[in-house]
Amino acid sequence: MLSIKNLHASIEGTPILRGINLEVKPGEVHAIMGPNGSGKSTLASVLAGREEYEVTEGEVIFMGKNLLELSPEDRAREGVFLAFQYPVEIPGVSSTNFLRTAVNQVREYRGLEALDAVKFLSIMKEKMKLVEIDQKLLSRSLNEGFSGGEKKRNEIFQMAMLEPSLSILDETDSGLDIDALRIVSNGVNQLRSPEKATIVVTHYQRLLDYIVPDFVHVLYNGRIVKSGTKELAMELEEKGYDWIKEEADSTAV
Amino acid sequence: MTVIKSNKSTDLFLDHVVSHTDFSALRAKGLEFLKEKGLPALKEEEYKFTAISKKLEQSISRFSTAENIPLTQEQIKPHIFEGFNGDLVVFNNGVFDPSVSSVSKKGYTFETLSENQPELLGKIAKTEKDPFVALNNVFFEDGIYIKVGKNQKIEQPILFLYFNQANKGEVITPRLLIEIEDGAEVKFLENTISLDEESYFSNPVTEIKVGQNAHVHYCRFQNENRKSISVNNFEVDIHKDATFTSVVISMAGDLVRNNLSLNLLDTGCEGNMYGLYLLNGKTHVDNHTNVDHTKPHCQSNELYKGVLADSSRGIFNGKIFVRQDAQKTNAFQQNNNILLSEDAIVNTKPQLEIWADDVKCSHGCTTGQLDEEALFYLQARGIGKENAKGLLLFAFAGEVLEYIAVDSFKDYCLHLVQERLGSNF
Repeated sequence: MLSIKNLHASIEGTPILRGINLEVKPGEVHAIMGPNGSGKSTLASVLAGREEYEVTEGEVIFMGKNLLELSPEDRAREGVFLAFQYPVEIPGVSSTNFLRTAVNQVREYRGLEALDAVKFLSIMKEKMKLVEIDQKLLSRSLNEGFSGGEKKRNEIFQMAMLEPSLSILDETDSGLDIDALRIVSNGVNQLRSPEKATIVVTHYQRLLDYIVPDFVHVLYNGRIVKSGTKELAMELEEKGYDWIKEEADSTAV
Repeated sequence: MTVIKSNKSTDLFLDHVVSHTDFSALRAKGLEFLKEKGLPALKEEEYKFTAISKKLEQSISRFSTAENIPLTQEQIKPHIFEGFNGDLVVFNNGVFDPSVSSVSKKGYTFETLSENQPELLGKIAKTEKDPFVALNNVFFEDGIYIKVGKNQKIEQPILFLYFNQANKGEVITPRLLIEIEDGAEVKFLENTISLDEESYFSNPVTEIKVGQNAHVHYCRFQNENRKSISVNNFEVDIHKDATFTSVVISMAGDLVRNNLSLNLLDTGCEGNMYGLYLLNGKTHVDNHTNVDHTKPHCQSNELYKGVLADSSRGIFNGKIFVRQDAQKTNAFQQNNNILLSEDAIVNTKPQLEIWADDVKCSHGCTTGQLDEEALFYLQARGIGKENAKGLLLFAFAGEVLEYIAVDSFKDYCLHLVQERLGSNF
């Protein structure tokens, strides 16, 4: 589904990603872990098409298409979803209007008919249950005045509405208490299917108790320096990142 | 104010003075002011960013007063917004045209200035306040005088439609005097329609007295042709416990200058000023507002927002004057701008002069680009870039439109704003 080869990216001339290789197949959950500043969020942003990052080398193929050539909106329409680490508050844009515009533009791209108001609302109600999100929140401006947990829940709710094939969760767990984490993870797990893949970017192993990954990759200095299964995450939790850094630094040169 | 005289444009007007028999004192005063001080030159502080005299010299070729044009109901009809069923007052090149107006006079009296000869004329918008008030004094042919009766609540809005066409003569000089008696409530709406694409200069003066505990809403929509020049002087005296709310939406024109002054003359009054300017091309819109707190326990709220594309220019100058007597004043002012092009310019200047010591005053202004992070967020959800921009701009502009008190007129404005944000930007 997703094939990343030798991906290099920089911001304002500073290289952040220095040769990422990653294969993600349908149905898989990949966790990307790593110390602060290792490039985790950059990888998520580059995949979603954030303009500040310049891809200097490498390629990303998503379902047979060159992802890097697509605009952010077309990536979303093709089925890539980024749950933001810091969802943006947009005063004056109603959550419901925004979602309807998004859903219908995605549908149009996929050659589907636009949803009318009634149909849209009924789908919305159904998906709202997944993340236990309150109707009241959705009648407000997008993310405006939402708590941290409400914002993250809203991300997963949007994900449910847009039905992506590849979801990238960028530190969705940071700042959440255990209850909020449980609700968000429940939502993500219910959306899992054999056709869909998930990349979970996280700093903490805690999230992976709820969203169990098939693979764990450790990012350090812009490269994946270690890959393994969920046991690797446990090891990281126990020992921290220092041993990885030492290992990587000694083999790097 | 002292005005640094711009001789050329002043003389161009003075060459076309026609003698009128009525309001001789007011007209003489205006003439004297013009002869002595003239129209503002470039160095004049109040017109620093708006080279109005030069613009008039360059754009206007006939400085005589525009004559009446034949206006038919069919011409007017398309400009009456959906859902409107109030009274309609049509101005034909600046002069009231009874043949196409429909004035029920329910709850108010309606006369021309020449019929009534009101003493109050020129007492609210004083000659010396602005050279264009003086110019209006000299040039207005006839105006209207509306008086809303005590405790009258006029349910439906009163709509002023100005039809302008530079036919013979390019100077249009409307004059309005509105008196709202104690306890009355009324809403006014105003729209100006250019009947062709030629240059003209319109110079309206509107004076309003809001009586004790009266409540007035006044919304103006400015969407004239791309060559039109207008200087609008609008001044309101607000008496005890009364409320006045002004909304000004500016969308087009060559040069638009809005002088808006609210005088809070007694305790418990409230003055609100909301403005939106959505500019493109070379449109230049200058909003000079002034709120004068003279007595305790009054409140003023001000929010002006601008979206500027191409090489348009916006000026916001907001004066708040709190006199020594005006303790417990609450005054808020905010001006926010979004620049969509490298060539667009905004000059914003809050001017607070506070002589009382127990007041709450705040002001703020921001000028920036469209929020890139918000734009990316919307795109990342599959919304096309142009659409996303439109959504964000509309959200920004919509806040001001919310203050329009007549829903059907709000919808009319919303539609035009949406159209602009979806297409031209």
